[in-house]
Amino acid sequence: MFMPMYLAGGLYRSLPHTRQGKVAELRQELNAPVNKKDRHFYSKKIALKKIVANMTMSNNDMVALFPDVVGAMQVPNLEIKKMCFLFLVNYAKTKPDVALTALPILLHDLDDTNPLMRALALRTVSYVHVKQYVEATVLPVKRLLKDPDPYVRKTAAFCVAKLYDHDRHLVENDDLIDRLNLMLRDENPTVVSSALAALMDIWERSESIKLTIDYSNASKVVQILPDCSEWGQTYILDALTAYVPQDTDEAALLAERITPRLSHTNSAVVLTCIRVILYLMNYMDNQATIAALCAKLSPPLVSLLSKGPEIQYLALRNALLILQRRPEVLRNDIRVFFCKYNDPIYVKVTKLELIFMLANEKNINEVLTELREYATEIDVHFARKAVRAIGKLAIKIEPSAKVCISVLLELVATKVSYIVQEATVVIKNIFRKYPNQYESIISTLCENLDSLDEPEAKAAMIWVIGQYADRIENSDELLEDFLDSWADETHEVQLTLLTATVKLFIQRPSKGQDLVYKVLRWATEDTDNPDLRDRGHMYWRLLSTNAPAAKQIVMGEKPPITAESEKLDPATLEEMCLVVGTLATVYLKPVHTVFRSSRVRRIQESPALQRSQLPTYQAAQQAKMMNPDERALPSVFPDETNTYSTQNGDVLDEADAYFASVGGQGMANQGFASLPGTTEHGEERMYVVNQGQGVGTVAPTMHVQNGEGDLLSF
Amino acid sequence: MLSGVLLFNQKGELLIMRAFRQDMRPRLADVFRIQVISNAQIRSPILTLGSTTFSHIRSENIYIVGVSKGNANSALVFEFLYKLVSLGKSYFGRFDEEAVKSNFVLVYELLDEILDFGYPQNTETETLKMYITTEGVKSERAMEDASKITMQATGALSWRKDNIKYRKNEAFVDVIEDVNLLVSASGTVLRADVNGQIEMKAYLSGTPECKFGLNDRLTLGENGTDPGNMTGKKAHRAAAGSVTLEDVSLHQCVKLSNFTNDRTISFIPPDGSFQLMTYRSTENVNLPFKVHAIVNEVGKSKVEYSIAIRANYGSKLFATNVVVRIPTPLNTANTSHRISQGKAKYEPSENAIVWKIARFTGQAEYVLSAEAELSAMTTQKAWSRPPLSMQFSLLMFTSSGLLVRYLKVFEKSNYSSVKWVRYMTRAGSYEIRF
Repeated sequence: MFMPMYLAGGLYRSLPHTRQGKVAELRQELNAPVNKKDRHFYSKKIALKKIVANMTMSNNDMVALFPDVVGAMQVPNLEIKKMCFLFLVNYAKTKPDVALTALPILLHDLDDTNPLMRALALRTVSYVHVKQYVEATVLPVKRLLKDPDPYVRKTAAFCVAKLYDHDRHLVENDDLIDRLNLMLRDENPTVVSSALAALMDIWERSESIKLTIDYSNASKVVQILPDCSEWGQTYILDALTAYVPQDTDEAALLAERITPRLSHTNSAVVLTCIRVILYLMNYMDNQATIAALCAKLSPPLVSLLSKGPEIQYLALRNALLILQRRPEVLRNDIRVFFCKYNDPIYVKVTKLELIFMLANEKNINEVLTELREYATEIDVHFARKAVRAIGKLAIKIEPSAKVCISVLLELVATKVSYIVQEATVVIKNIFRKYPNQYESIISTLCENLDSLDEPEAKAAMIWVIGQYADRIENSDELLEDFLDSWADETHEVQLTLLTATVKLFIQRPSKGQDLVYKVLRWATEDTDNPDLRDRGHMYWRLLSTNAPAAKQIVMGEKPPITAESEKLDPATLEEMCLVVGTLATVYLKPVHTVFRSSRVRRIQESPALQRSQLPTYQAAQQAKMMNPDERALPSVFPDETNTYSTQNGDVLDEADAYFASVGGQGMANQGFASLPGTTEHGEERMYVVNQGQGVGTVAPTMHVQNGEGDLLSF
Repeated sequence: MLSGVLLFNQKGELLIMRAFRQDMRPRLADVFRIQVISNAQIRSPILTLGSTTFSHIRSENIYIVGVSKGNANSALVFEFLYKLVSLGKSYFGRFDEEAVKSNFVLVYELLDEILDFGYPQNTETETLKMYITTEGVKSERAMEDASKITMQATGALSWRKDNIKYRKNEAFVDVIEDVNLLVSASGTVLRADVNGQIEMKAYLSGTPECKFGLNDRLTLGENGTDPGNMTGKKAHRAAAGSVTLEDVSLHQCVKLSNFTNDRTISFIPPDGSFQLMTYRSTENVNLPFKVHAIVNEVGKSKVEYSIAIRANYGSKLFATNVVVRIPTPLNTANTSHRISQGKAKYEPSENAIVWKIARFTGQAEYVLSAEAELSAMTTQKAWSRPPLSMQFSLLMFTSSGLLVRYLKVFEKSNYSSVKWVRYMTRAGSYEIRF
């Protein structure tokens, strides 16, 4: 049985052994007549504490005490009242009928002379998800929105959002939202910011509501920013993205006025402020103003790296994003992203991605020294990623390819198995990017054949052997070695082996003759993999009917590869910049793919909007240049997001359904038992940012895999 | 915003659970326990399942978890969780399992006050302590001046209460700098920067308006973007009395618009101690210690160390609690060392030789030479050579060169006040690769 361990010291003397006994004892304690000397209701408090403790442990037996707790609400003591209210909020849904008996008490407290009491009662009454409660709150809320005390007014403002959560039709059919709107003119800054937060909350959940802030309103709320709490400032800044500048000067002026917030110590204020400035830049035409603003964004962003690791991580993920939209931010700051030895792994991995993005011809030596250091770190996944980054840099920065390759060879020389394998994979890509340039290093690779045991590395090596079969002296022997274990290889390796053998045969027919016959037979006869069989048959027919065509196809020119795959697509980038600092930026995926029910934010049309500067517009222009035939390319943005939502819709639906079942009453045991099962097919819907990758979907075994949001994967 | 807050101990037992929205189901606690606490593979602070996100931080031996639905403002969630920890610390001394267990009712009370519908409300300790107290008795008394409290909690000066009186008006300013250094094996400085903070303890009566003055020449990073100009500027920046700060963050009480306009830091301080500002500096960082490390792997059986550390500050100053961690390979069997000062000891659990010097006088140079004998290993994995690291604290020295020139206090009653300033430089992450 679950026992609240923490009451053992001091509070508990003897514990009853049966559930009923426990409830009975607590009831007795709670209802015991108050001793005259006990002016502060000490014994009642202890009884209630025990009840609350049991409640935390999800001990549902405590529901039985509901009527007694309602009784205790009458005690004129604030502490007791607070505990009773907590109990009420927790169990009202389970026992709505009992909860109703407490309603008159709460309604009475709404008229209390003490503003703290009024606010407390209002807060509590609006937490209860029972129809009668919600209906009974509407009238008092209207009154309390005009309460003389600002503390009560701000509580009432949030209360409207809560009521909307309980029953949106009730709120929409009443004039509550209009009244909430009026609160924006309140004299107290806290009330204004609370009203804005409440409005934003309602807006987030309803497509039918439009939130528009005009310049004079925006200007007014910016005015009161300094007088708000750090949270209030965040709410106001958050709401400012609903303001659509009609004029480029307006946008510039407003951005200028909020820049002091960048020096705030609270990172929520800073990141939200950065979001608003980035948003407003879309409406500015003066490049000098934009450049000046960009220069101001960099220092605060870097300063966030001296905060807790979680905030650092968030700042780094956002830096990845901002860098793509406004490369001038952070341009000179590569060193601040060098890893500290004790950084948590998720911070290190993101720093690595940033280093990769910021690397250029000028700082390449510095970067390579740093990456080389990471490649020998203890964390295998991180080390591999560092090796991979070096290889990608060779592809990204052409003039520096040579230095990158020499560093890779140094790493291969360490003979650490996973480093060699990773290096093999990236060297293969280097060969593809720079054909016929660096073949001299093939011999070094061939020395380490024995240490390859991962499919990806094997496949890469086999590809190299096949591609350069005529230049590697003993290519037939090397391939034969690999072929020995044909039956045990993965399909991926088998496919590469098949192609490589055909390549060998085409380049050196005498040496490859026996091998190719053997492999083609295996591929066509001994396999149950359709891809392999199809490819085998195709080669066979090609080779037997038209050898020159086979050569053309198999040894044909390959399209060049680039390192651009790490960039976000323009539509995602545009959307992400509107949600800087939120969870979606951690995953760097369109909001809809992660959070189905979230409302999508879009850049609103206005005369001031600099459409030509938007990433989506530029991408569309580029596409137009590429295929001049296609005249009218539709705007990419809306369609894109829609397709995403349909793709992921079912999966997320399923996930939500799962959570709904998990929380249901009476399903407690069932919900628990089904947990392991759900993880099995939960792999598609779990987004996790773990040690290894930037973002990945988690398979139950948590193997290394190519996360979709992973910027450094091929 | 937040749907709920959960607190767990290390074993995964639920200590606190508070729901703020309908979508916060009790069973989510089990989900977090299974997916995060008992899952050794997860090392990320954020986990999203369906549209539910768990954001967690750890403090001492507890997990503090914020549960949210939809695309919540992650910065806000983490800042709130940090705030909760610091609130807990100021209420209970420390915020660990023990403290939560013995004060759980108060934790619930606090949560109810600082979050409404999952939106953080006033979290200023000073104000909260007026009406949420460890002693139930006090909250009765506080009821009398409830409207004062509500004004305080919603007002522009939420961090300071009225009518504070001290017989002796004093203010203490602590400038604390963490200097970070990363030196490559070849001796080049890869990064050297300073994270500074100015902590203030204000015991001042009434509503004092404070003005804070730093070095005469205070430059703030914005102009660092033009690399052509850098070399020319360096010369005069190095001049005495100037300091270049890359960026500053200021406490809620500082008037940010004044700061943006003319770099004056003016504020009405909260009562007691608070962090006035934090700053970062990367230019002209004075490194207190220069480390020269030679480490040779002799064959497969031995590593030889020769470490020399020189103190770069004035000979009248001295650093205390200097600790140098010199990593040794994992298969170290035994070490021997000779040192010119302090004590050195091989710590097998840390895989390092730990060299402690209680007092390190300025301009002095101390050396350590050591040998680590290695036991034979079947696998021949190369030693990753983690960096050598240092810890120290050094009074009356700032690595950035920051100085407090004045602190003026203006108050209606015009009392005189005493101000004290202290400087300290500590090692942040002071690492030397070899």
